[in-house]
This record gives sequence, C-alpha cells and structure tokens, in this order.
Amino acid sequence: MLVPRDTQDLVEIVARAASDGTKLELSGGGTKAEFGAPRACSIVSLRQIAGVVDYDPAELVLTVRPGTPLADIQTLVGAEGQMLAFEPWGQPGATIGGTVAAGVAGSRRVTAGSARDHLLGFTAVSGKGRMFVAGAKVVKNVTGYDLPKLMAGSWGRIGAMTEITLKVLPKPRQTITMAACGMTPKAAYAAMACALGSNAEISAAAALRTGEVLLRVAGFAPSVEARCAALPGLLAGLCSLERMPDEQAAPLWRNAMSGDTIQGKVRWDVHMPPRRATDLIDAVEPMGIDWSIDWGGGRLWIGTDSSDTEVRDQAHRLGGEARLAHAPADMRARIPAFQPRAPSVARLEQRVRRAFDPADVLVSGRFMEDADADQFSA
Amino acid sequence: MSITMPKPDAQTLAKRDYIVAALREIVPGEGVIDDPDGLRPWESDGLTAYRQPPMVVVLPESLEQVRAVLRWCARENVKVVPRGSGTSLSGGALPLEDAVLLAMGKFNRILEIDYEDRIAIVQPGVTNLAITHAVEGRGFYYAPDPSSQIACSIGGNVAENSGGVHCLKYGLTTNNVLGVELVLMNGDVVRLGGRHLDAGGLDLLGVVVGSEGLLGVVTEVTVRILPKPETARAVLVGFPDAESAGACVAQVIAEGIIPAGMEMMDRPAIHAAEAFVNVGYPLDVGALLIVEVDGPAAECDHLIAEIARIADANQAVTSRVSRDEAERVAFWAGRKAAFPAVGRISPDYYCMDGTIPRRRLPEVLSRIEQLSRKYGLGVANVFHAGDGNLHPLILYDANIPGELARAEEFGNDILRLCVEVGGVLTGEHGVGIEKRDLMPEMFSEADLRQQQSVKCAFDPELLLNPGKVFPTLHRCAELGRMHVHHGALPHPDLPRF
Repeated sequence: MLVPRDTQDLVEIVARAASDGTKLELSGGGTKAEFGAPRACSIVSLRQIAGVVDYDPAELVLTVRPGTPLADIQTLVGAEGQMLAFEPWGQPGATIGGTVAAGVAGSRRVTAGSARDHLLGFTAVSGKGRMFVAGAKVVKNVTGYDLPKLMAGSWGRIGAMTEITLKVLPKPRQTITMAACGMTPKAAYAAMACALGSNAEISAAAALRTGEVLLRVAGFAPSVEARCAALPGLLAGLCSLERMPDEQAAPLWRNAMSGDTIQGKVRWDVHMPPRRATDLIDAVEPMGIDWSIDWGGGRLWIGTDSSDTEVRDQAHRLGGEARLAHAPADMRARIPAFQPRAPSVARLEQRVRRAFDPADVLVSGRFMEDADADQFSA
Repeated sequence: MSITMPKPDAQTLAKRDYIVAALREIVPGEGVIDDPDGLRPWESDGLTAYRQPPMVVVLPESLEQVRAVLRWCARENVKVVPRGSGTSLSGGALPLEDAVLLAMGKFNRILEIDYEDRIAIVQPGVTNLAITHAVEGRGFYYAPDPSSQIACSIGGNVAENSGGVHCLKYGLTTNNVLGVELVLMNGDVVRLGGRHLDAGGLDLLGVVVGSEGLLGVVTEVTVRILPKPETARAVLVGFPDAESAGACVAQVIAEGIIPAGMEMMDRPAIHAAEAFVNVGYPLDVGALLIVEVDGPAAECDHLIAEIARIADANQAVTSRVSRDEAERVAFWAGRKAAFPAVGRISPDYYCMDGTIPRRRLPEVLSRIEQLSRKYGLGVANVFHAGDGNLHPLILYDANIPGELARAEEFGNDILRLCVEVGGVLTGEHGVGIEKRDLMPEMFSEADLRQQQSVKCAFDPELLLNPGKVFPTLHRCAELGRMHVHHGALPHPDLPRF
C-alpha cells in the first residue's frame, strides 16, 4: 500500500504510474474495499492527507482534506450546531474523501440532496498526475463546468481529491419520528408519498419489513410540534401515526439508510422510481428476500442468498437500477457492481473518464465497465 | 465592444445555400428561417449589447429532427448554437455568423406529471413558470425561480443551471433535475438520470447541467416538484449601512435559520425601486433587507419573531412584518422591479453576477464605490444576501461614445474583485461570452484544460456553441499532450479570442 504524506507525494505516485502503466486504486478508510470486483492492484491510501483546512460556520462552507475521518467532521460541525445535510453514514474509519467519492447519502437525501449536491469544489490530482481545481469555496457558483458533480460518486476513477469543499447547513433544533406499525409495503408507500407530498415538510421517510413506517419531522420546536400535530390528520385513512421515542427510532433509521441488518449473503442497493418500489418487492419476494425502504421508496436494500441477477433484472424492468453492495467474491467477480448502462451512455462515460485519466491509471478492474466500454462500437 | 468571437469560417459561409437546403429537407415547412428580416429577431439574447444575425435558424419539432440536424452538421463540419427562450444574460445563446441557430421553442409540451413521486417530465421549451402553473392546482410548484421565469425555458435553465431568490433554501436547477434526454453533436441520444435518484456510474447529468449548451442539446427534462409551503411571510428591515445589514444576515444564519429568501438593496437601488413602484420602502436607510420565511404558519410566526429580534440587535432602524399576502407581495414588488426601476434612472444598465464570501460584503461594496468614482459611472447594488450572490447594476448611456466599453471594464473590475476576495465570476447567470475572457482570473491554464477535455469527450470537433465559456480554443487532439514549460503558453498559433 502506498501512503503519500502530502500532495506532492501523491502527484509523484500518480505521474509515475501514468508513465509506467501501473494501475492504482484510491482508498480512504478502506471500509468499502469489498465493493466491486476482486482485483489486484496498488492501493493508494489518502488517510495521511487529512485535516481541516478552513471552516467558517457563518459562510456555511467547510474545506477539509480527504483522509479526515467522517466522524471527526461530524463532531466538528455538530459543535457549531451544523451538519452535513446529506446525512452521510459509514463504518468506523470511514473518511470524508471516501464518503464523497462513493456518493454516500442517508435518509435525508430525499429532501436535502446527496453528496453531489453539497460538494462545492475540490482540488485533485488527475490520472495524468496533474493538480487541478474545480468549483469554488462559496455556496453559489456556476462558473465553468460543474466538475464536483462528476467527482462525487466517481469512486476515485477520475482523480484523487486533495481538498474538498462542502456546503454545511444548520442542524435542526428538534427532530421527532412519527411512526405507524403493521403496514404492508403498498400501504407504507402510500403513506410516505402522501407525507412527502404534503406541506408538513417531513425530511425523511422510510419503511421496514417489520411493518414500521417512519416519518421524520425536523426543525424549530414550534414548527415541529405543529407539523407532528397535523400529520396524523393528513394521513388519516392511510395509517395511524404516533410519536416514536428517539432511542427506539434511531436504530430503525440506521437500518433503513444503511441496510446493515438486512439478512442474506447478497445485498443489493436499489434506486427506484418510488412508485415502483413495492412492485419490485412483489416481483422478487418469491425468491426469499429481506428488504428495507428509504427515500420514500426511492431506495431499497434487498438481501437474498441467491447469486443470480434476478433483483437487478427486475429493478431494471421497473425503471430502476441495482448495485451489488455486498456479495461473495466469486459473485462479485462475475457480476459488475453497477447496473450496466446503455451502450451510448457507457461510451460517453468512458470518454469523460478518460478526459481525466487517458492512460486508465485509475482503472483497477473493480468496475468492469471501465474495461468493457470499448467493446461497444460507435 | 471588447469581446471578439471566433473568425467565421469562409467555407461554411460559401455553402450557406446548400446548408439551408439540407436543413429544409430535415425540417420542412416553416421550421427553417434564412431571410434577413426573419433572422433579425434572433440576433441576440438577454445580453443585448451583442448582436449577430445567425446564418440560419432551424426550429425542430421532434427528437428525430434534432438528431438529423446535429448529425448532418457534424458531418459537414457546421457549427450549431442551441437556444431556449434567449433570455441568457451572459450571451450564452449569442448566434454566430457561420453557425446554425437551433431554437428549441417548439418543444413546448408537458409530457407527464406524477404527483405521488413528485416529478414532472417536460420538453425543454416549456417555460419555468409554466411548470409551476401546471402543478399548482394540486398544491405543488417548481422551486428554482430565476427572475425571467415567465419567459425562460427549462432547457435554458438546465444549460445555465439557473437559480433565483429562493435557491439558498431550495437549490439551483441542478438540485431539482432528476434526468435529461440529451442529443450529442454526433446524433447519439443519451438518457442521463431518470425518474429515480442518483443513477450509478459517473454523474454525467451533473456536468451537463450548467454546461451552457456546449455538451449537447437537451430534448427532455425530468424535474422534481415540491409541495407548496403552507404560508410565507416577509419582514422588511432598514439598516444605517451595509455593515450592520451584513452582520444581521450572518447572525440569522448562525442561529440556524435558512430563510426562503434574503435580499439586500443599497441606497441607490432602494431609491430607484421606491420611485418606480411606491411600496413604502424607507428612504433614509443605507441598506434594506427583505427576509422571507415559508412553511407552516407556526414556523413562520416563530422565525419572523426571531429575525426581528436579531435585526434589533444589529442596529435595525426600521422593521415591518408583512401582515397579509398582499403586503408580502408588495415588499417583493420593489425588489423584483429593481432592474426596470434602474432602467428608469439610467438609459442603460449592465447587470453583474459575482458571488463573494458574505463576510467580505462591506469591503466589496466600498471598493465598488471607489471603482464607480474611477469610471465615472453610477452603480446600484442588489444582493442575494443569504448566498453571497451580488448583482451590481452599472448605469451608463450607450449613446455616449465609449460608455459601454467603460461599463464593461468597470464590470470586469468588479468580477476580478469578487475572485480576489475568495468568490467567483458568476453565481447564476453563466459565463457565456460575457465572462469568458475573465476565466483565467479564477482558473489556471491546467484547470481550464481539464474542463475543456470534458467538452472534447462530448463534442470532439468543438462544433457546439463555440466561442462561449472558454477563452482559448484548444483543439481536442492537443489537450492530452501539451505541457506548459516555464510559464510559456504552447502553440501561439491557437486562436485566442
């Protein structure tokens, strides 16, 4: 494992690899190493390029280095009454660089956006071994291409970030979970859609296989109280809502957003048009699955012991897409982590990736499509 | 006029009749305009100081026509400038003498509205406000609200990543778009994103939004719609100076409040607006703040009280809370009329669009005042105070020789100042041609080359909207290999506008 001490080290490592044909894989805390195909390549750990560069709470802007632990950042901004609004979550050791590069977002994603929506700018070393800057350190900017969008969720395939500028937002003063029990998936979807479409301004909506529907109401106390009082009436006929104590709700939210407790050797992370979420459950239920729903139906975790692509195939048929989040190595060697894109999109994506990494230095074999896109003829 | 456009290609101009005939084959009937009178209305966008009739205008009606036009132009090496409603303030849709102007106005249908999943699928020529009008009966709206929303198209909003007064709380276009159908210059159709969140792979949708028509032509857009807040209330606060108003803004945010809108006006802007619309703005203050909150009534009541308290603690000299919807609308009427109001006190004005870190506001305003004296031109400032987006309106008279050039140089100095204090050239209007030559103030040559190599991935022959955004046209083949040695720019023969 290569552990650059600073940006200069990193530039040299990547530039050398670009000239001698070495493949590199970027790593933060290494907590997502088992995502994607098994591969043999040099790991470049960014954990020593760490620390806070600048944090100005009043400007809502935070600049950090990628190896900074996510937990440290959450503590830092929490102490100022602020938060990363995309609600990133991770295993112990997760870094902010890995969190942004993997496009991680929690339950609040449905109303507050994902890492892509909060990454304002960055400095990075491209696959050519060159430093470049994109975006800026202010909350509103349309100058030049929005490369931060490309970087968030790129899994380190276009460059190694050395500085990350994020938008931070005030943390709600009060958060209450309103919950109903004994709900079927279809009833749960209807309740979530009604709540998200109402002006009760809920910030997150999830449903669990054990029958709970969770609606999160957050903000200033008088507003939270008023909305919690109004919600049961708005959803009358759909479910019977009650307040759920925080200590009971917190682990349920964690399960819904992370899929941590989903049963099965194989876990799919499925992104769906919300109204098709329950159709997907119906379609794959016969094969024996565990599941949870977040983002009001926009995301499902589906657990199964089956090593075929039935979940992905059904998700695709219903207008969504499935990522292979956890699986035995032999399955990951066979099945790409991401749902294969249409050939025209795959070709374009390949060209865009090579705009940053023309020599494929950052193509480790983890994402099979990086190697496969060339097979699609124009 | 200090901005120069790429030299027209003589070969293209020479085969104009051939090009027009070929386009008529693809788009029959009234969809191709090539007579001088017919071309004149298309000669500029919202940046009216720059005018150039296009070689020919084509108004396609179907995806297949768009594909065929682009494919044909790519094969014949003919440039294409896409256009929505033509309201760009940065010259993003300025025609070129040797380019086809591809106007998307006939793509004006709303294709689907899904209230349960809170999305609308629309064609790119649908206006921003038409989306809200289509869904408001069911209590929904489309959040980004650029001030041109009555006219600007959603396709143009995607190209420019348009904002509006509510974007601190609700985001820009990019945060409210789920998917697009895009035609590349070679005629390939790609669907990016869709009806679901966070498609896998590289976020190509994210880089297409805000790409100013340089990467592809949008033929369909999927947007998120939001439930309309139950109530909205505004408070109008006068301060002795910009420092105290700025301190108030900082404290509002520090106390955890993200208002739906927070707008500041300086004394010249207040006076111009009040003279125009007569809404009762205080005239003896140095800065005026309009703060709007929305949400459940209980939340608005609570926040208005908090904001009034914070304003008092920051030397507010006047404070009025809207008592009803009519009064709230009246508070905004002055701000929304600020541009035409300034148009009444000056024959012409030039609107700038930089963003700065908010804490630098007093310093930036005082330096703008110095520049105003230096250039001998007045300026009125309106400011999206919550997100630091500053709109200085430079007053000039285009009939006085040299004044436009002076206004432009004044504007350039303001934008350089924005970058110097840690901000950016444009917060919401886009680079277009207007700020193109200032890009090196913010980005190094290496940064710009990295951006342009993304352009090459979409449009390797640089046929789509050339002359916009990038100050230097690098041939794509050169980008991968060139190095800057000892600070000397390579290839001095490359066109630099």
